[in-house]
Amino acid sequence: MSAQPLVVDAVTKRFDATVALDQVSFDMRPAELFGLVGPDGAGKTTLFRILTTLLVPDSGSATVLGLDVVKDLWAIRARVGYMPGRFSLYPDLSVEENLRFFASVFGTSIDEGREMIEPIYNQLEPFKDRRAGALSGGMKQKLALCCALVHRPDILFLDEPTTGVDAVSRREFWDLLDTFKASGLSILVSTAYMDEATRCDRVALMQQGHVLAVDRPSVIAARYPHPLLAVHATERHALLRILRSYPHVASVYPFGDKLHYSDSRTDPGVDAIAAEVRSFLATQNVSGVRVEPIAPNIEDAFMELMGAPEKLIQAAA
Amino acid sequence: MSAAIDVHEMTRRFGNFTAVDAITFDVQRGEVFGFLGANGAGKTTAIKMLIGLLAPTSGRASVAGFDVATNAESVRRHIGYMSQRFSLYEDLTVRENITLYGGIYGLTDDEIRERGKALIGGLHLERAAGARVASLPLGWKQKLAFSVALLHRPAVVFLDEPTGGVDPITRRQFWEIIYDAAEGGTTILVTTHYLDEAEYCDRISIMVDGRIAAMGTPSEVKGRFGAASLDDVFTELVRPQAVAVAQHA
Repeated sequence: MSAQPLVVDAVTKRFDATVALDQVSFDMRPAELFGLVGPDGAGKTTLFRILTTLLVPDSGSATVLGLDVVKDLWAIRARVGYMPGRFSLYPDLSVEENLRFFASVFGTSIDEGREMIEPIYNQLEPFKDRRAGALSGGMKQKLALCCALVHRPDILFLDEPTTGVDAVSRREFWDLLDTFKASGLSILVSTAYMDEATRCDRVALMQQGHVLAVDRPSVIAARYPHPLLAVHATERHALLRILRSYPHVASVYPFGDKLHYSDSRTDPGVDAIAAEVRSFLATQNVSGVRVEPIAPNIEDAFMELMGAPEKLIQAAA
Repeated sequence: MSAAIDVHEMTRRFGNFTAVDAITFDVQRGEVFGFLGANGAGKTTAIKMLIGLLAPTSGRASVAGFDVATNAESVRRHIGYMSQRFSLYEDLTVRENITLYGGIYGLTDDEIRERGKALIGGLHLERAAGARVASLPLGWKQKLAFSVALLHRPAVVFLDEPTGGVDPITRRQFWEIIYDAAEGGTTILVTTHYLDEAEYCDRISIMVDGRIAAMGTPSEVKGRFGAASLDDVFTELVRPQAVAVAQHA
């Protein structure tokens, strides 16, 4: 039997004319925290539904814990934990009742699962008699995670657990995932937040049913093909227009209080390009200019890999 | 001329829980104002009051010159609203959505035709005008929803997490159309969980437990907290204990 927690091999799934997944392939190593990173419509939820045996692929195959997602569905269901994107608990049951229900469905009890869920359940216990529907967003999310873990699964599937969650709570959620990973659990997690990719061991970047890249986030970022500069100026909107008019521009995108400028050339070297851009901006009446070479991050890489979105709209129309 | 959004000591209680606690701020015409805060801080309750769906318990607020408590009907006629959850009718085509909303907003047939054409051209959606909205990628739906929310040329537009789940390029294009609208004099109040997007706002406020804990331009706010990024400011305001522990560790 394969030691790999997950193998996805050329999985394709269509819904009428829409290709939700197009020849998707990747695999996971034991105790890996693996991210499916991409916007809505990338196919992440469809893939989770196939891996949890709720949908059958049109072609291709996948194994979870060495078990085939089509043939061995009952064996798979007993051994995976799944937290769907939408809140899926019983709002009229209390925190404890929800947890007890999910434990009993899997033929276990809260006490047997206690060690697994301890780090989160400690935070939930003060509210154990509250109706799940009356919990705050963050607490609902933690309860859903508990319910997905209470039967001590060997692999955990989390579909966009941090969507709509504020930046600080998101970070705390990822800290929790690190704890579970350290205990040996294999975790497949999806997100539309690019910054969360860096919290994963490896990621598959996805867009409209296609896998754009699979690797460690740092490796994907390092493959970015253009020299990259961070450019700062007082008038950012004007700076954007001016940089886009520069003859050697490949792309200019806002990143927080800076712009990332990438150059279409590779031969002059990034420091020479930075000097050129500085002197160009000096002729353009822009104040407060700072230009510095930077290392590309995963979001730079994603935008480069996804290409022009105009192409996608034409495909849709 | 008065501010486009003028809020004074606005408060909302539910039983003995104070969701919004005497907040005061204003937003000037043509300004892009980022309305930030943690989950449960009171942002949604505040926005519901500003768009005339929920009356303040005390304090007052006016939007586009109309009092939100006594003249909610006029407020709703002069604003646009979009969120990630509420946007367009998926089973109608792009053009049908424009016609429908134009009608709801009371535009004439000529206005709908003219503005619809400009809208479709501005978004380069000519080829997709007859396509069902459901068939468009999310980012395009959101750009379209924003443009439709501007169809009746409202004075103020409320955008509630307009870019959640949107790909990184389209997210940035979305902000360019926000800027274009603001340059045309439209006032924008926007919420987001992307703190890099908070940097794109003229001014921001950060709500904590129903109160406004920080307000100003992004650089003023960072300066006041001696922080390198808005992310650091946000963390310090939302989890002061965690920051104190980290600094002593």
